[in-house]
Parts: sequence; structure tokens; C-alpha cells
Amino acid sequence: MVDGSPALDGSGALGGSPALDVAAAPATVNAGTGPLYGEPPIIEVRDLTIAYDGQPALRDISLDIFRHEIFGIIGPANSGKTSFLRALNRMDGFNPGMDVRGSIRLNGKDVNDWRNVYALRSRIGVVFPLPVGLPLTVYDNVAFSPRLRGIRKKVDLDEVVERCLTRAALWDEVKDRLDSLGSLLSGGQQQRLTIARALSQEPELLLLDEFSIAVDPVTTMRIEDVLRELRSELTIVLVTNLVQQARRLADRTAFFLMGEMLDIGVTEDLFEGKVTDERTTGYIEGRYG
Amino acid sequence: MFAATPLNRRSDRNQSVAKAVFGLMTVVLVIPVLLIIGTLVVKGAPAISWEFLFTAPRNNMTAGGIFPALVGTIWLVVVALLASVPVGVAAALYLSEYAPDNLLTRAINLAIVNLAGVPSIVHALFGFGAFVLFFNMGQSILAASLTLAVMTLPVVIVATRESLQAVPHAFREACWNMGATRWQTIRKVVLPNSISGILTGVILEVSRTSGETAPIMFTGATAFLAFLPESVFDQTMAMSYHLYYIATQATADVPEELTYGVALVLIAIVLMMNAVSIAFRVYLRGLKKW
Ligand SMILES: Nc1ncnc2c1ncn2[C@@H]1O[C@H](COP(=O)(O)OP(=O)(O)OP(=O)(O)O)[C@@H](O)[C@H]1O
Ligand SMILES: [Mg+2]
Repeated sequence: MVDGSPALDGSGALGGSPALDVAAAPATVNAGTGPLYGEPPIIEVRDLTIAYDGQPALRDISLDIFRHEIFGIIGPANSGKTSFLRALNRMDGFNPGMDVRGSIRLNGKDVNDWRNVYALRSRIGVVFPLPVGLPLTVYDNVAFSPRLRGIRKKVDLDEVVERCLTRAALWDEVKDRLDSLGSLLSGGQQQRLTIARALSQEPELLLLDEFSIAVDPVTTMRIEDVLRELRSELTIVLVTNLVQQARRLADRTAFFLMGEMLDIGVTEDLFEGKVTDERTTGYIEGRYG
Repeated sequence: MFAATPLNRRSDRNQSVAKAVFGLMTVVLVIPVLLIIGTLVVKGAPAISWEFLFTAPRNNMTAGGIFPALVGTIWLVVVALLASVPVGVAAALYLSEYAPDNLLTRAINLAIVNLAGVPSIVHALFGFGAFVLFFNMGQSILAASLTLAVMTLPVVIVATRESLQAVPHAFREACWNMGATRWQTIRKVVLPNSISGILTGVILEVSRTSGETAPIMFTGATAFLAFLPESVFDQTMAMSYHLYYIATQATADVPEELTYGVALVLIAIVLMMNAVSIAFRVYLRGLKKW
């Protein structure tokens, strides 16, 4: 039944989906740039369980993420948020100890059925908490993915590089030193370089894992503005330690704790106390975690 | 204001003692090196001249120069490199970038480390049996170089693997996450950032190869050859073997000065290679990209 189109019925529940999804998809169907709750989700996760060397890190997660949505995930350390993102991008392939069960569908197709895992990864941009400036020039960092896609012409590359760096709020700082090494930028600049690189993939899906951890507050606000704009082009999964950031950005938010998803719902509802588990409110109000 | 406590003072004293002991050990280590080089320079320098470097030995090797041996050593080293570097680098790339981390891979890695510990005389006999006899290459530069290559392969593999692994894993994951294949990642990020380390390993290998005697003495080196080798199927003279021969095997009385001269040139080659390799390393540190 998860294969069928999860059209919303009056109550906003997905037919036959786990009860959690009742809150998962609000009945409002936005036209234009908002989340497309009326259409099939871009990501359907069912019974996702992740273990590292036999140690469970995430248990029985089922959720849907819709197109043009910013989906927030909050939760204290060790709750499995990063593991969730890694599974979406099939990063278990890099890590033999990581065992992923259950199903993850991207555009209706199980990520394990993508014969070309490189094509899958190239459609998903990821930004992890520790910035990684590749030991290439700033320009080549951002041109890396476009070149993989076969873009060769200098003018085209120039255009992508400038657009992505501008969006990542880095262009003004590096436009005169595009030839210096990306790995020698400051930590916060490298983080924005990583964001620019993810954007250069022209991804359908952008996974952000505590992207602002190394970025100053003013720049963080600029990037948040960009993310809001980007929502009209792509879907964003935002893992954040800053609950207020989730509140500012996320359309819906899930609360993970110790490998379990305790709550999922429209962000404002969660912050107003409409929760299924008291611990969610506890965490949001800073009493927990 | 911040007066030293008795504990501070004791740590201070221990620290000085440790420093003195380690310093002394270093001196003990340096003395023999200086003695060897000093002796060679004092006794060998008078023999060195253009003529010595660029003419063949004469009078049953009691006079003349070392030119054929010098050229032969270059032949041996170059052919050995041509064989060992591509194979070694490719194997290291496979082991470090592709091979799954399982029992077999670990066993292979262990075998490689052990191969590095096999005495050179064993390699020599292996080379004789395998290349000279079995593959019917005869005693030739090819057989001798391949023996040297087999012997130095572990060095190349280990040096390459270490420089590959010095490239932080996060760079690879960042590339893979953008959809790059392993090979694209290697070509664009891993190799460019480890190539200098690999070259350093190769240069060290050259310096080792040029000094080895045992592996070439049965497989392709000859005591005397008035002409220069023309192809890899010829036998050749070599510096290390030449030194061994005039010092221990020659029937006629070789002037002491000549023997020291050969030793000095040989060690100068090795030291020069090492110096290049060290210079490379320093240069590389300056290029460090992260
Ligand atoms: N590569 C790995 N190998 C082994 N165990 C891992 C690995 N990555 C994560 N884990 C384990 O999985 C569990 C969940 O980790 P995860 O990184 O998903 O948490 P998180 O919610 O992202 O935490 P944080 O907020 O601190 O980033 C932890 O117990 C962690 O030890
Ligand atoms: Mg995390």
C-alpha cells in the first residue's frame, strides 16, 4: 500500500501508513513554492533500522518527505540523525560496519534498486557538520560536480561557480581568490564552500547536517534566507541542534531520541505543544537532552 | 607570584635528565656515520677525477676508472624502476582504495611487509632460479633488474600506501557524496595529493637499489666488461658489484685509493638520492594543502 499514491484524505492521513503520518502531512496543499503535500512524496522511509557493527543506532523509522519541503530533524546527540541522512545517500556503501534495513524510496524507487549509485548520489547534495574543503582551488571545488556531469565550457563553469558561491553567501569573500586552496579557507568559509559544492550538484534533495555549527550567526542568517528561497527548487532535510533554527526554517519537524522517532508534525504545532510524546516538548524547551 | 613548587622542580630535573640521555644516544648514533663518511672522503677523494668517472678500468682493474660500472648501475636502476613502480603503485592503489577490509586483504598486507624483510641473498637466489633459468633470460640486465624490482616492490607498495592513506578520508567521502566514482576520486583528489609522497618513496627505492650487490651478482652483474651494455639482454658492470669484486675477489693488487674511490662514489650516489628525497619531502610540506 505504500506503493500507491499517498493521496491525502480529509484527515490528512496517508492511507494505511503508520499512525505517525497522521501528523506528518498537513491538509494544506500549497500551490507555487510551498511543500507539495498533495503529490507523491520525494522520500518514503519505511521501517528503517540502522545498526553499526550490530549496535542499533536507529529503530523502525517510517516517514514521508514531500517535494519543496524543508523537513527538520531535531534531537539530542546520539539520537541517530546523522545516521538517517547517511542512509538516504547510500553512504552505508562507504562503511562496511553500517547495516541498513527497511526501505527508502526516492521518487518511488528504492535507493537500493538504483543500479548506478553514483547517479543517485549526484542528485543528493550533502553537507556534514565538519566542513570539508577539498584540496583543490575554490573554483575547482565548486566546479567539481559540474565537471563530473560533463560541463566543460569555461563560461558555463564560471556561471555555476558564481551562482553557487553567491547562494552560499561566500562569493563576496572569495571572488578575488578563486585560485587559492579551498582547504585553506577558514572553517566557516569552508562550510559555506561545502554548501556551494552541494548546490553545484543541482540536487533534487539537499541534506544538511548541523550546517551552521562552524558558521557565524550573521552568515547563518544569510544562508537560512537562501535555504528558504531554495525551497522552491528542491527539497531540504535539515538536521539541526538549534531548535530555533528548525522553527525558523522547517515546514515539518521530527524529533529523534536514542534512535527512535518520538514525534513528527508541522513545526509550529510541535512548538505549540501539540505533541504525541511529552519528551518532545521537554527537549524543545531545553529541559531535556 | 607563581613560585615553583618542589614538584615543579622535580619534574624540571627529570626533564633535563631525559633530554641529556636522548641527546647522548643521538651522538652515539651520529659518530659511526661521521667516521665512515670521513674515512671514505679522506682516503677516496684523491682517486676521484674526471678520468676516474669517465673511463673504463685498466690493467686488470688496478688502474683506470669506473665508467662502465656507473652506466651499468643506471641501467639496472632504471629498468628496475620501470618494472616495480607501475606494479607497486597499482597494487597499493588497489589495496588502499578498492580492496574491502577483510581477512584476505590483511593477509596480503602482512605478506608484503614480510616480503620487505626477506634477506637480499634469498631474493638473489629466487631471481636466479626464476628469471635467469626458468624464464630463460640468462644473466642479463633484465634478469638482474627484475630481481631488484621484486626485492624493492614492498618498499614501493608500502610507501605508496602510506602516502595514499595520508590523504584524509573525509576528502574521499566528500567526492563520493557528489557522485564521483572511486577512480574519479583517486584521479582528481587522492593521487594529486599523494604523488609527491609516492615519488619520495621511489627515490628512496632508487638509493637502495643502486647499493645492492647480492641480488645482481648471480643474475646479471659481471666483474669486467670493457664495453657498455647495449640492451637489457646484455650483462653489465655495476658500482656495488665492482666494489665487492675489487675489494675481495680481484687477483691483482688493487690500490687502496681506488677501492675507497669507488666506495666514495657509490655512497655519494646514495646520499645524493637521499638528499633529493629529503628536499622533496621539505618541498612537499610547503605544499601541504590541508
Ligand atoms: N561510522 C560509525 N561507526 C560506528 N558507529 C557509529 C558510526 N556513526 C554513528 N555511529 C553510532 O550511531 C549512533 C547514532 O549516531 P548519529 O551520528 O547518527 O547521531 P546524531 O543524532 O547525529 O548525533 P549528533 O547530534 O551528536 O550528531 C551513535 O551511538 C554512534 O556511536
Ligand atoms: Mg550528527
